[in-house]
Amino acid sequence: MADLSTNFIGIRSPNPFWLASAPPTDKEYNVRRAFEAGWGGVVWKTLGQDPAVVNVNGPRYGAIHGAGRRLLGFNNIELITDRSLETNLAEIERVKRDYPDHAVVVSLMVPCEEEAWKAILPRVEATGADGLELNFGCPHGMSERGMGSAVGQVPEYIEMVTRWCKTHSRLPVIVKLTPNITDIRFPARAAKAGGADAVSLINTISSIVSIDLDNFAPQPSIDGKGSHGGYCGPAVKPIALNMTAEIARDPQTAGIPISGIGGVTTWRDAAEFIALGCGTVQVCTAAMTYGFRVVEEMKAGLARWMDEKGYASIEDFRGRAAPNVTDWQYLNLNYVTKARIDQDKCISCGRCHIACEDTSHQAITAMKDGRRHFEVIDEECVGCNLCVEVCPVEDCITMERISGTDPRTGKAIPETYANWTQHPNNPSAAERLQFAPEPVVADAAE
Amino acid sequence: MSHSPQRRSPPDIAAGRVSADGLRANFSDLHPPLTAHEAVVEADRCYFCYDAPCVQACPTGIDIPLFIRQIQTGLPQSAAETIFEANILGGMCARVCPTETLCEEVCVREVAEGKPVKIGELQRHATDRLIETGEHPFERAPETGRRVAVVGAGPAGLSCAHRLAVNGHAVTLFDARDKLGGLNEYGIAAYKATEEFARREVEFVLSIGGIEVRTGTALGRDIHLGDLVRDYDGVFLGLGLGAVNALAAEGADHGESRDAVAWIADLRQTRDLAELPIGRRVVVIGGGMTAIDAAIQAKALGAEEVTIAYRRGQEAMNASAYEQELAQTRGVTIRTNLQPRRVVVEDGSVRAIELERTRLDADGRLAATGEIVTIEADQVFKAIGQAFVPEGCSGGEGEGLALEGGRIRVDASRRTSRAGIWAGGDCVAGGEDLTVTAVEDGKIAANDIHAALSAGQQQAAE
Repeated sequence: MADLSTNFIGIRSPNPFWLASAPPTDKEYNVRRAFEAGWGGVVWKTLGQDPAVVNVNGPRYGAIHGAGRRLLGFNNIELITDRSLETNLAEIERVKRDYPDHAVVVSLMVPCEEEAWKAILPRVEATGADGLELNFGCPHGMSERGMGSAVGQVPEYIEMVTRWCKTHSRLPVIVKLTPNITDIRFPARAAKAGGADAVSLINTISSIVSIDLDNFAPQPSIDGKGSHGGYCGPAVKPIALNMTAEIARDPQTAGIPISGIGGVTTWRDAAEFIALGCGTVQVCTAAMTYGFRVVEEMKAGLARWMDEKGYASIEDFRGRAAPNVTDWQYLNLNYVTKARIDQDKCISCGRCHIACEDTSHQAITAMKDGRRHFEVIDEECVGCNLCVEVCPVEDCITMERISGTDPRTGKAIPETYANWTQHPNNPSAAERLQFAPEPVVADAAE
Repeated sequence: MSHSPQRRSPPDIAAGRVSADGLRANFSDLHPPLTAHEAVVEADRCYFCYDAPCVQACPTGIDIPLFIRQIQTGLPQSAAETIFEANILGGMCARVCPTETLCEEVCVREVAEGKPVKIGELQRHATDRLIETGEHPFERAPETGRRVAVVGAGPAGLSCAHRLAVNGHAVTLFDARDKLGGLNEYGIAAYKATEEFARREVEFVLSIGGIEVRTGTALGRDIHLGDLVRDYDGVFLGLGLGAVNALAAEGADHGESRDAVAWIADLRQTRDLAELPIGRRVVVIGGGMTAIDAAIQAKALGAEEVTIAYRRGQEAMNASAYEQELAQTRGVTIRTNLQPRRVVVEDGSVRAIELERTRLDADGRLAATGEIVTIEADQVFKAIGQAFVPEGCSGGEGEGLALEGGRIRVDASRRTSRAGIWAGGDCVAGGEDLTVTAVEDGKIAANDIHAALSAGQQQAAE
């Protein structure tokens, strides 16, 4: 049986599944339930200065649903903890004492003044907590007060506050990054420059999930008005994966420990974040949707997959996908694929045909010999994968690499690797004079 | 089940076998309407197929993926408009269509999972939402001044009349019976069209306006084809099937050896089902939908033993597998390869029916074996098919209408052999005798009549 235990910047946990700083980790009661349910760690809901903030007393959440009201995207306007610092610290201390083998990281957000940080850090340290997570990410509410993403959007502030924390505390520091920026590498570099032990990402994305068409108000609506919230859940996973990969392959930040956050819903999601280099993953929406019990599936699934693949520990596969994330210009243009429709699995819904016919390359038949029949026309297929993604049946349409002559172009497919940098259509190709190989990035999991 | 005549129990035909509550339960909606939640969950299952097989399978070509998407996006009334554009009787079709052999049979989710999207129930959900508003979704075109006679107010006639009215023509709708609706009113099993849906649907159809109704008016008796052709700019015949096939068996004309169609009509028009007598043992002869409907309703009225006897094998039955199963789960026994020989009448009462076992011979033809099976019965219902009565179709000047296989011959536009006369529904040759095909006939004919009248208009203007 695979060993799921992790040691993330010195913080040990029985498995890589942590609950993210969020409503599920706001109170001792919830956190105890989480540990009993099998979560490896928690990042305690963000603490701030007293007096505690107040939350709205109307709806805090909104969502995007898929078929069967499956929750796909989740949005909130909740602030940091609205309970006193004293109460939270006392609870953290009790929980950590009772669960010494579980990770208890404390999320913090205080004003951008050294004294404020200097005051709170020792009090957190005194609880016996394992580490700090600096909340530079919340896009709503707190950012209007110069905190949260208002800090996370200014790399200089990130570096400055991180340095204060490293100076005034012995605890490992994780800097939580906001995705509400144009290039995630800059805040990550700033965190590293400030001495951060790790980064965690992504925090939520600024969002309005819907508009109430009767009242013409954004939802969640508070007395006819709404404010942008933070978006999370399965819908944001692709954004989180990309940002994680950007940091993992940036020469300046490659190797920095990462705690992956963003739409982790199943074991597979977790494995993907870890494959990009994350040492732990943080979960919130899945727990808020289904309860803490989902961690059972995550742990069992990850362990089974690792066993099947022969990975004894998380470290055995961590970061293995990072080197395969590259720039478009280095993709092999001699890799030619065609869609293949498994006629035994095809249920003849015709979605592949109409998607291709209306919006792409007219490469799938609707009729053959007078009968409803869907088949790829290799002479037209560019191998785009659209049909694969719109097909409702798993593995019914697959992409197959072909060799020899491409029926679409009529040209022989070279067996060698060739990319855009040397393509004759590339205006810059001549200047480069020669083929540019893909640069090698430092090992993401060094 | 076969006893010697001497030991037969006394004839037993009685009303009130089932309590009022029991009757309510037995005749309740076959498929209770979907709740809004159920409808959305079900609508989510539709894949919005391209050139969807369900649409191909629908005789009226309803854009099923579109209407389901409209339900899914919270607009069931728009969904209903989509349905009614193709089929103004979409409400009844949602209840009575054998969807298991039409749209739902070819649903790709039937292919994928053996569980089709419940198209019929979704269609009912949408159409109910619109009909209950009391509003009519279409507006009439300006009056054209042209008049069309529609004879027969069953599904074909109603469909034709509605579409003609939409196009601005003035329609006179004749029916021999007191109520409109044809088989929807008189023939459909009660548990498929509860709460007077047939009547409510007729009101909905007529609310388009421009349709004058003349009930109790029979072709060949009160009105005549020649007069209609002379007085109107077009005539549509949706006459249905006026006769039932005769059972060639001794004693088959006894009063308790009844025509199932007429018995179901009586049942549909009975105000209090507790007053409708039913035998303790009932045998239904036939293998189609009428046989199933009669058998299930006999059982629902409290008959103890109900047997469907069909002369061929089960696979040859016209009733769908779903309908057969429905009958069986409601306690009806289906016996096959039995053809009626004699209705046993003693002391003026039906006592039993004698049937001869059949088998297929080497050439695949039905052959009698000589073996006689006796089933005790207080009542025998005959559901062995209906026939068209061509009376009234030959009157007036000019030739009568050409028939084909005993029914009116029509072309693809539902034109009969005689100019100015169209026909559709069960009375025409080549149909499937379904409500939905009758609706399509009426629609096609109305479109062709409209085209013909419009062309005439144009000519007159030139």
